[in-house]
Amino acid sequence: MLGFARTLRHAGVPASPDRVEAMLAALGALDVLNPTAVYWAGRLTLCGDPDDLVRYDAAFAAYFAGEAPRAARPTASVPPQLAVSAPLDGGSGESEADAETEELATRASADEVLRHRDVAGLTAAEREHLRRLFTLLVPAAPMRPSRRRRPSALGAVHPARTVRRALRDGGEVTRLLHRRRAPRPRGVVLLIDVSGSMTPYADALLRFAHAAVRARPASTEVFTIGTRLTRVTPQLRLRDPDAALIASGSAIPDWSGGTRLGEVLKAFLDRWGQRGTARGAVVVVCSDGWERGGTELLAEQMTRLRRLAHSVVWVNPHKGRAGYEPLTGGMQAALPSIDHFVSGHSMAAFEELSGVIQRA
Amino acid sequence: MLAYVSEPTVHPIAAAPNPEGEPGFGSPGELAAALEATGYLPDEGLATAAYLALVMHRPLFLEGEAGVGKTALAQALAEITGRPLYRLQCYEGLEASQALYDWDFGRQLLHLRAAEAAHATDDTASLEASLYDRRFLLARPLLQALEDSPSVLLVDEIDRADDEFEAFLLEVLSDFTISIPELGTVHAKTPPLVVLTSNRTREVHDALKRRCLYHWLQHPDFDREVAILRRRLPQVTEQLAREVARATATLRTLDLLKPPGIAESMDWATALHTLGARDLDPDLAARTLGAVLKYREDTDRVQALARGALFGG
Repeated sequence: MLGFARTLRHAGVPASPDRVEAMLAALGALDVLNPTAVYWAGRLTLCGDPDDLVRYDAAFAAYFAGEAPRAARPTASVPPQLAVSAPLDGGSGESEADAETEELATRASADEVLRHRDVAGLTAAEREHLRRLFTLLVPAAPMRPSRRRRPSALGAVHPARTVRRALRDGGEVTRLLHRRRAPRPRGVVLLIDVSGSMTPYADALLRFAHAAVRARPASTEVFTIGTRLTRVTPQLRLRDPDAALIASGSAIPDWSGGTRLGEVLKAFLDRWGQRGTARGAVVVVCSDGWERGGTELLAEQMTRLRRLAHSVVWVNPHKGRAGYEPLTGGMQAALPSIDHFVSGHSMAAFEELSGVIQRA
Repeated sequence: MLAYVSEPTVHPIAAAPNPEGEPGFGSPGELAAALEATGYLPDEGLATAAYLALVMHRPLFLEGEAGVGKTALAQALAEITGRPLYRLQCYEGLEASQALYDWDFGRQLLHLRAAEAAHATDDTASLEASLYDRRFLLARPLLQALEDSPSVLLVDEIDRADDEFEAFLLEVLSDFTISIPELGTVHAKTPPLVVLTSNRTREVHDALKRRCLYHWLQHPDFDREVAILRRRLPQVTEQLAREVARATATLRTLDLLKPPGIAESMDWATALHTLGARDLDPDLAARTLGAVLKYREDTDRVQALARGALFGG
């Protein structure tokens, strides 16, 4: 049975030692010679997620059909090269040496220029510099009143505290104590387009997402959209931005592929959004609106999203260019359902975006 | 059952305790048979899950679409074991004072005033002790379930509560103990059978899931659904039950915003029966669609998809 647990761990089911212990206890309570009992004992104790069930079934079939435990290759995809990871290393030492010799004033003004430059047209050294600016970005979360109340100097009378205090004073109410609703961070959902047309910006957008997840890990969710939907929140929770980006890069199977915005948005709403992830949240869609499929589905799903979410923000990097008009079919279809339409092409635009999210 | 309580002061909301004691179940099959006798028809996986939860004293964590019978299972389990059922409905902002216990401050004050009037306030120590007596404690579901052991504790829709509450629940579920500073520790002699349900509106923390048996409940297959409809609604004709089950199964494949669960198909069958239907008449079906579909978009789509094709024999 321990060999089976090892097979499962290779397949990606989190069969931790305490779970294995529970499985052995479950087997003890059931008929060990009955294959279905063994199947259910393992499935009930070792899995913890609907996604695990498919992997469990496959591993169970493979293991008990006599296959030796081996690492299952998740997918044969080559981890995509992120714009950040490799090419920048050469430039970084150089730029650091430069930075030391530079005077502070010129450095500050360079920051200022870089802040407004389009990230698509940056050199490797400039990207490296921008990377450091990104670590300084701390997006503030939008807040909402919660049902939970906290003791406070103002607000309604808190009966329990007041009476408890009165009991201490011999039953005499000497002072009224108060409570009021504590604010809670509102959920933020980032949907980042990683299709071919968005490649120059995907890296910067993922860095922005990383900053947002790091600031509010519990209330921020990040998905990438392209030809399929990928949840990258767990990967982006890594502290180091580069490690987080490389991890999420290898989790995204459709990097620089095509776009099926409508379909993927529907997948998001079916699997996550309608169940609660999008409910009352600020949903930020980062895309240029290039849609391969028909735009009716996108329009329909955007209306659905609009009804679920607290507000919908659309980030289009091309909006930052002079003379931009939202002419792509996808953009036209989505516009009626958007609350805030902003650009996301430069550091300054990202700072503005975090302000928009906070006030949304 | 408790060190400090001589008489139970809480009242169970469901089944009275079985006089001849706890019935034992030797295998998942026996448990399934007992559940079937109450009108709840489990599949093999669910019966095994419930059996293991009962034998291993591990909480059962049920996830699945809305309306597949998660809450009903807890009720059926309470019925077959003869244990009282305590239900904690979770919501955002749920606090310890609503889940565990609260002091009845009003009565405490009254008690103090009465003591004052009787000039019995000289002995402060005994007065204080009498203030924090069990009779001034309001037991909430978690404490009730531990006090009235053995019992069935249903923690419904745990995904709606805040994540702070999850951590707190973890503490109670790991050793089935609640400590009340003024009174002492309450420990359940027999751990309650705990059923947690979630609709997956949010990911529940892994630390909580790890301590539970995890089961994903699916929509029942056609035969089971017919059997459930027949069992729960004996007044509905066999013909109508089969056709409702078939139409509901078809609706589930249509990629709707909210695919109908078993609760919806039961509602639908009841609605049709109330209108005097003996089989699924396309016209009546179209008029009672509100019992199964809860979104305008879904209703529009299904009505456009041909009345005859979908509901005909």
